[in-house]
Formats: sequence, C-alpha cells, structure tokens
Amino acid sequence: MKTFDQLTKDLAPKKFNIYGKIWVALLIVTIIAAIYAYIIQIKEGLVITDMRDYALWGIYISNFVFFVAISLVGSLVTAILRLSGVKWATPLTRISEIIAIAAIIMAGLTIIIDMGRPDRIYNLLLHGRLQSPIIWDVIVITTYLVISILLLYFPLLPDFQILRRKFKDNKILAKWYGRLSLNWNGNTKQKNIYKWSINTLSVLIIPVAFGIHTVTAWLFATTYRPGWDSSNFGPYFIAGAFVAGAGGVISLMYILRKTHRLKDYITDFHFDMMGKLLVMLCLIYIYFNVNEYLVPAYKTTEKEAEHLKELFFGHDALLFWSVIIGGLVLPVIALLFKRMRKPLPLFIIALVVVIAAWWKRFIIVIPTLLHPFLPIQGVPESWHHYNPTYLEWLITWGTLAGALLIVTLLVRYLPIIPIHETAEENNIVESLNTDNDEE
Amino acid sequence: MESNDKNSRRKFLNNGLKLGLLTAIGGVAIAKSLEEEEMVELMDTNGNLIKVPVTKVEENSSLKDDDYNVREGYPNKKFVMVIDLARCKNAKQCVKSCNKNHFISGDNAWLKIYKMQDSEETAPYWMPNLCQHCDKPPCVKVCPVDATFKRRDGIVSIDANRCIGCRFCMAACPYSVRVFNWSEPEQDEIKSNMVMEHEDQMNHNTGYTPDYTGNPSTKGTVDKCDFCPHMIDQKLLPHCVSACPNGVYFFGDLYEDTVTNGDETFQLSKLLEDKAGYRLMEDLGTMPSVYYLPPKNRQQNFEEGFKYYTEFQSVEKNK
Repeated sequence: MKTFDQLTKDLAPKKFNIYGKIWVALLIVTIIAAIYAYIIQIKEGLVITDMRDYALWGIYISNFVFFVAISLVGSLVTAILRLSGVKWATPLTRISEIIAIAAIIMAGLTIIIDMGRPDRIYNLLLHGRLQSPIIWDVIVITTYLVISILLLYFPLLPDFQILRRKFKDNKILAKWYGRLSLNWNGNTKQKNIYKWSINTLSVLIIPVAFGIHTVTAWLFATTYRPGWDSSNFGPYFIAGAFVAGAGGVISLMYILRKTHRLKDYITDFHFDMMGKLLVMLCLIYIYFNVNEYLVPAYKTTEKEAEHLKELFFGHDALLFWSVIIGGLVLPVIALLFKRMRKPLPLFIIALVVVIAAWWKRFIIVIPTLLHPFLPIQGVPESWHHYNPTYLEWLITWGTLAGALLIVTLLVRYLPIIPIHETAEENNIVESLNTDNDEE
Repeated sequence: MESNDKNSRRKFLNNGLKLGLLTAIGGVAIAKSLEEEEMVELMDTNGNLIKVPVTKVEENSSLKDDDYNVREGYPNKKFVMVIDLARCKNAKQCVKSCNKNHFISGDNAWLKIYKMQDSEETAPYWMPNLCQHCDKPPCVKVCPVDATFKRRDGIVSIDANRCIGCRFCMAACPYSVRVFNWSEPEQDEIKSNMVMEHEDQMNHNTGYTPDYTGNPSTKGTVDKCDFCPHMIDQKLLPHCVSACPNGVYFFGDLYEDTVTNGDETFQLSKLLEDKAGYRLMEDLGTMPSVYYLPPKNRQQNFEEGFKYYTEFQSVEKNK
C-alpha cells in the first residue's frame, strides 16, 4: 500500500510536457481561427453557413445537442454511481465532472453562436416567456452548470488543502490552493457539512440532468415535424446522452492514465467495468432507437414514410447506418469479449462511439427539417440540401476545441483523481498533520 | 349574391369601394336609388339585405382608435382570407405584387404557389401558401421573447426589433411560411419610404414599428406575411388579393362575416358552406385564419399554370 506522500505525489497536478504544450497551442490556434470565422459570421450574418429557410438549423444545433448530451455523464458517474454505492467509480468522478462542466459551458456558447441576433440575448431576461421550451432550457442549463461546478468544487476542498501543503514552495500556487480550500482543516464539523452537501448535490443533480436533456429533446418534440413529433424523445435523448458521456469518460481516462502515469489508480479493472457499463448503455439506447424508428416505419404515415425512407435507403442512409451499426451495434458485440475491454481497444471503441454520437445528433436534427409537411418549392435548388460550409465547420471545431481546452486546463491545475477520497477509501492516514496551520 | 345580375354587381363595386371595403358596417351593396332619398342596401350579419338611407350611413374614418396598441391590433376586427383553388392557374401576379410591395430581397417569397397533387389518382392543382395567421399559432407559443405575437384582430406579427433569431418559430411552423434574413437585406428603397408613410406609428427613437413586418427587414430576424396592415390602414385589400387577375383571394372580417376579392363579395359562412371550404392541416389544431375552397369545377386549366412555373425561384432578381 502506498503512503500518503506517495499518493499526493502521484496525483498532484503536473506541468505540461512538450506534448501537452503542443496540444494546448493547437487548441488555442483552432479557437482563434474559430473566433475569426465567428467575426465574419457577425458581420455577414448566418448567410456564411449553409443553413437556409428549410434547413433552418444545422451543425450548430446538433453540436449543441451533443454537448448537452455528453455533459450528462457528470450526473451519471458522480451522482448515480455514487448514490448507488459503486466504490470503483471514485477515481472517475472528477474526470466526468470536468467533462460535464466543459461541455455544458460550450453548449451555452454554441446556442449563442446559432442565434441570428446574439446582441439581443438580454431579451431572454427582459421578455422571457415561460411557455417557450427555450426558456426552460436556459433555466435548467444554468442550474445544471451551477450544481455541476459545486459538485466539482466541494470534493476538491480537502484536496486543495493537501495541494497547498504540497506546493508550499510555489508561493502563487500555494496561495490560490489555500484560498480555494476555504480553510479546510478536516474537523468533524467541516466533514459533516462536506458529506451532507455532496450527498444533497448528488441527489439534486439527477433531476436537473434529466431536465436539461429532456428539455433539449423537447425543443424538437414540441413541434409537429415528422421525425421529431415523438413522445419517445425525452428518454431517447437521455439514453443516448449516457452513451456519449460514457464514451467521453473512457476516452479521457485512457489519455490521462497515459499522460499522468496513473496505472495504479485507473486500472484495467476500471476499463473493464466502464466497458461493461458502455455495453449496457448502448443496449438501452438501441432499445430506444428501435422504438423511435420501428413504430413509425410500421405505420408509414405519409410524411413519416418519406422521412424514414430517406434515412433507411436514401441520401442519409450511409450516415444513418454507420451511426447505428458502427456506433452502437458493433461496439456492443465487440465489448462482449473481455479482450476488447482492455484499455487500448476500449479507448478506440469509445472514440468511435463518441464520434458516432456526434453524427447521431446530425441525423436527428437535419433530415427532419428537409422533409416539411408542404413540398419544398420556389426556393433555390441548393436550399433543398444542407452541406455545412468551411466557416461553419471551423466555428464548430472551435467549440469542440474550447471544450477540450477547458478540460485540459482543469486537468492541469486540479488533481484528476480525488486525493482525499482515495486516501479515505484505502485507509491511508495523512502523515502531514505535524505541520499544523497557524490559523 | 352570386345570382345578382352583372350590372348591379358592377355598381356595388364602384360604390362599395368608395365606402371602403372594411368599414365597421360591413359588406355593402347599393341598389338603384329610390325616389328622392338615396337608399343603400346593406347586408346584416345574418346575410339579410336591409335598406338604409345613404345619409344614415356613417363611415368610420379610422380603423385604429385612440388607444390602439400594435400587439392588440385593430379593434373589433378579425381578419380572414379565403383562397379559391378552383380559380388559381399560377398566374403569379400575387407573388410578384407581394415581393415588390414588401421589398423582399431574399430568395424566399412570403407567398408562394405550390404545385400540389394529393395522390396519384387525383388531379393536380395550384395552391397559394402564405402565413395562415393561426388562432393557435405554434410559432407564437415557442417564441422565447414574445417577438412574434398574435393579435386580437387575428394577425400574427413579428417585432423585428426584439427577435433574437433563434428560428424556433420556423421549426414550429408546419406550413413553412416563415423566412429568415440570413444576410443584410437589400431594401434601400424601403428605408426612406417607411419613414414617410408610417410616421404616426413610428417609434421616434428607433425609427421602427412592428406594425408592418419586413418594414424594414432586419438581418438575423424572421419575416413572413403580415396580412398587409399598411393596406388595411388605407381600407384597401392586401396586395395579393388586389393583384390576382383571377379573383382567387378573398379578404374580409370574420365578425362581419364578409369577404371580398374586390370584384365580388360573399357572406363568409355561406361561401364556406356552399363550397366546402377547409383549412390546411386542420388535424394539428392550429386553427388557421386562411380558408381554402377545393379545386373543383375549375375555371382554369392546370397545364396553363406551367407557363410561369419555376421550381427554384419565387423572387425574381433584377440584377
């Protein structure tokens, strides 16, 4: 068993090595390029995208849905697994909270990018109307962001105190870690508040997390359009969100295990368990997909049939089947074998699942818009299709880079694995009690 | 009314137009003058003709009263439109007039004529489509900032100075009638015109009034058919109605139970009953203010409509 010093040394944040620096530079360059593209969009209008009156939402919105989806993992791992007493997930709680916060921040930004008049965003406060699902989304997403930040922050309090001591030679870091620890000294009273708050937040975040993605599903399901007009949409989106989120956590834990040499903390066992969890989540999502597509396909009402035909056999068929088969069915089959749940194969599968999850949102948002009730007539031929422009892609990549940058920076300054909780669970006693604080 | 002889109908038209088509009194018909005092025949809301001395007829000078509010609309009015599909041959004059008078500079007209065929066995027909001004408008329901609003006079309008450009209303509209200003609209003419024409309604700080949609159109906001309140102000018919050479469009007031296309006037309820009028996608519960008369006993040849048919263009570009 490791000593507390060893534990602290292993888990304390580390400076970027050369690859880390290149990575951060790459992200910043992408973000700057995206900001440049966005400035063009502000000047010229949304005409720089390929969205038009029929494809009136595009990859900005599908990207937004993706961000909201992947952010749900914070509640899955930290809240659902924590409350159900799954101890093995402790090293993954912070990773998933970090993903949740990065994604939900970028979700908010993405929706602003999609607006025709971002300069009037204050109208949401001045003239907000409660009957609009967009207002529900605004309310529930900000609530989720606040709870997620608290749920990341509270478990960090003892860790900040540990880090303050660890970095006492670095004045600036020590000062900040000290401030952020809010004078944590680990007495019983503090511990009680700490435990109570985390448990309360864990309970609170579950309905809010279900809320953000259900409301996001309702942005579509509250319209009449074939393909969206479905009472299945809320649970269908939530099931899909957990798939995307689990994929995201697996990908990130693999990378961090490499970069931070965490083999002793994130073990093959964790990958094995996450692999099994991913299988279960994929199966649930496949079940909802069957409901979503098979029932209308059985009835083939005129407009639904037109939409589904295009998905199954038409223009979108390749993408549709790649996502369903490649991003859901094949991963399930592969992950039934223990060998595939080893870190590297699982990492590759998880990446595929995440990418497929991104395109799945595309498949949900765009084809429906191109099959309205009345035929598309009297508009330029190009308006019958939607092919995102380079600038549109650039801005979208910028938001993805933004999310990754937030993750990277949080990983740089926070212990990826909760030190205090790990120590407690393994009964490692803090040996630093000798140098008591003056305060 | 249809049985009236041609002569009296002409006469009605002349005098009727003078009186204003949209007075509070309602659909008006003038008979021959009787003896020394000129009498006028008016139609009451039950469709009965009654005689009233001309001197007793008071014309309502302004449709807007003192406490007129753009979000409430014209008091005691409920505008409706009837589109007779039996008469439409895709002459496109409505589209042209609408585009011209609303300075539409984008690629998508507010009013379009669709080539429709409900099933392989049934006959094709031309169907004008414009904002249906629903009584339960799905677009208004989803608007997060109350930028698009439903008025008591039936009109669904847009405040382009409030719209945040989220396009949820466009996604919600099952009739695909909303258009978006993807780039800066090229409406040079209108910007000087509107200042002169609508001075009384103007907000003097912003130079804008939500009374008239697209006046001016604003980059990053949504536009659509607004039933031409600028024409109603002048007691004239919307542009599409007056431009149509085939009398396809009828416009009127539900409370007066009267609609007219400028040449003919009908009792709305009787017209809808006689011609089996219907509304688009009634099953969605949107309750449109636009009624269609089925394309039966067509007065026009469907094939003729192809003369002006362009699949990919509803706004002519004069560049």
